[in-house]
Amino acid sequence: MNRTYNCGILGLGSCLPEKVITNSDLEKMVDTSDEWITKRTGISERRILDEDIPTHKLGVEAAKKALADAGLKAEDLDLIIVTTETPDYLSPSMSCLIQSEIGATKAAAFDLNAACSGFIYGMSVANQFIKSGFYKYVLIIGCEGLSKVTDWKDRNTCVLFGDGAGAVLFGPVEEDYGIITTYTGAAGELGKNITIPCCFIGPQDIEVRTGENKRTLWMDGGEVFKFAVKIMEHAAKKVLEDSGLTMDDIKMIVPHQANIRILEGAAKRLNIPNDKVFSNLYKYGNISSASIPVGLDEAYREKIFSKGDSIILVGFGGGLTWGSAIIKWNK
Amino acid sequence: MFEKVKKIIAEQLGVEEDEIAMESSFIDDLGADSLDIVELIMALEEEFDLEIPDSEAEKISTVGDVVEYIKNNS
Repeated sequence: MNRTYNCGILGLGSCLPEKVITNSDLEKMVDTSDEWITKRTGISERRILDEDIPTHKLGVEAAKKALADAGLKAEDLDLIIVTTETPDYLSPSMSCLIQSEIGATKAAAFDLNAACSGFIYGMSVANQFIKSGFYKYVLIIGCEGLSKVTDWKDRNTCVLFGDGAGAVLFGPVEEDYGIITTYTGAAGELGKNITIPCCFIGPQDIEVRTGENKRTLWMDGGEVFKFAVKIMEHAAKKVLEDSGLTMDDIKMIVPHQANIRILEGAAKRLNIPNDKVFSNLYKYGNISSASIPVGLDEAYREKIFSKGDSIILVGFGGGLTWGSAIIKWNK
Repeated sequence: MFEKVKKIIAEQLGVEEDEIAMESSFIDDLGADSLDIVELIMALEEEFDLEIPDSEAEKISTVGDVVEYIKNNS
């Protein structure tokens, strides 16, 4: 029988743009207020890239930090997956741009788009390759520049999003540690609730966008909110069930950071206190698939996790998609 | 049923039950915002085991609207 390996986290890194846009900055741009935004979203500020800086630069920095944290060189990498819904180019992929800049000459490279759930989808791919022994080192980088698809005149959406990148290097770890289980799903029939048109713009896409640019991010906030609260509960329960664990065994949930009220709503349904749900969205807003790796990196650097802690990761968003995982912290 | 609805509204919006009347407007009288209404609808859907589609939810503005909808759809 072929040997199988446990896939776990070897290194983490993140990179956020330096430029901060606060709620009071937004008050000068659209008809809104700090109080309104804080109460409805939990967001106080977000980090935004300068227009002339491509988003993959954030991914390059995050990747370098994750490599350094793992004590590995770029040439050691077998595969780079960039999860993104805001690539700089459709071709070359973000992963190829980053591969070249960090010098990962031996790595295969491709992008994966599962919107805000992308990082969990990427993890489930990395897990298969590493478990089987086909690849040893897989780098996943959630790398997003939502500011580049935001309509900065639309007060319903421009308050929500930001830019950022988080990188996690996966590789073989000791038995019983690392990824315990992953779960991914999609409901394409609900997909038109969040859209970012690209090579095609349909009549409905034009109609819902009030601004001149028809390639901006649009969403039906109420519908997405309902979906997110319910799916976060479902996806967290599913991985508990699949792994035979209970919520008492879990140190913390690190969810996609979209809106504090989604996190609070789901916490209530899961019957857990709010402080068991990691949250940093007050300072970054929603950075799509980068939010989970950035959150993991921050929690790791704040020493919130100890070796052996079980952690639930859960993502949900455009597609509509969702994904969750349980990892047993091995660092 | 009104009593049950009242209890859910009080819990969701953090208001006293005796402040809630059939003609109370969620936004103007009970201080709800758009997300409060979404959360309230989710709680009602679960309590009364029904699905309130977005197009119907948009028409709901008073407590009476909710009671009427549940009466006709459950």
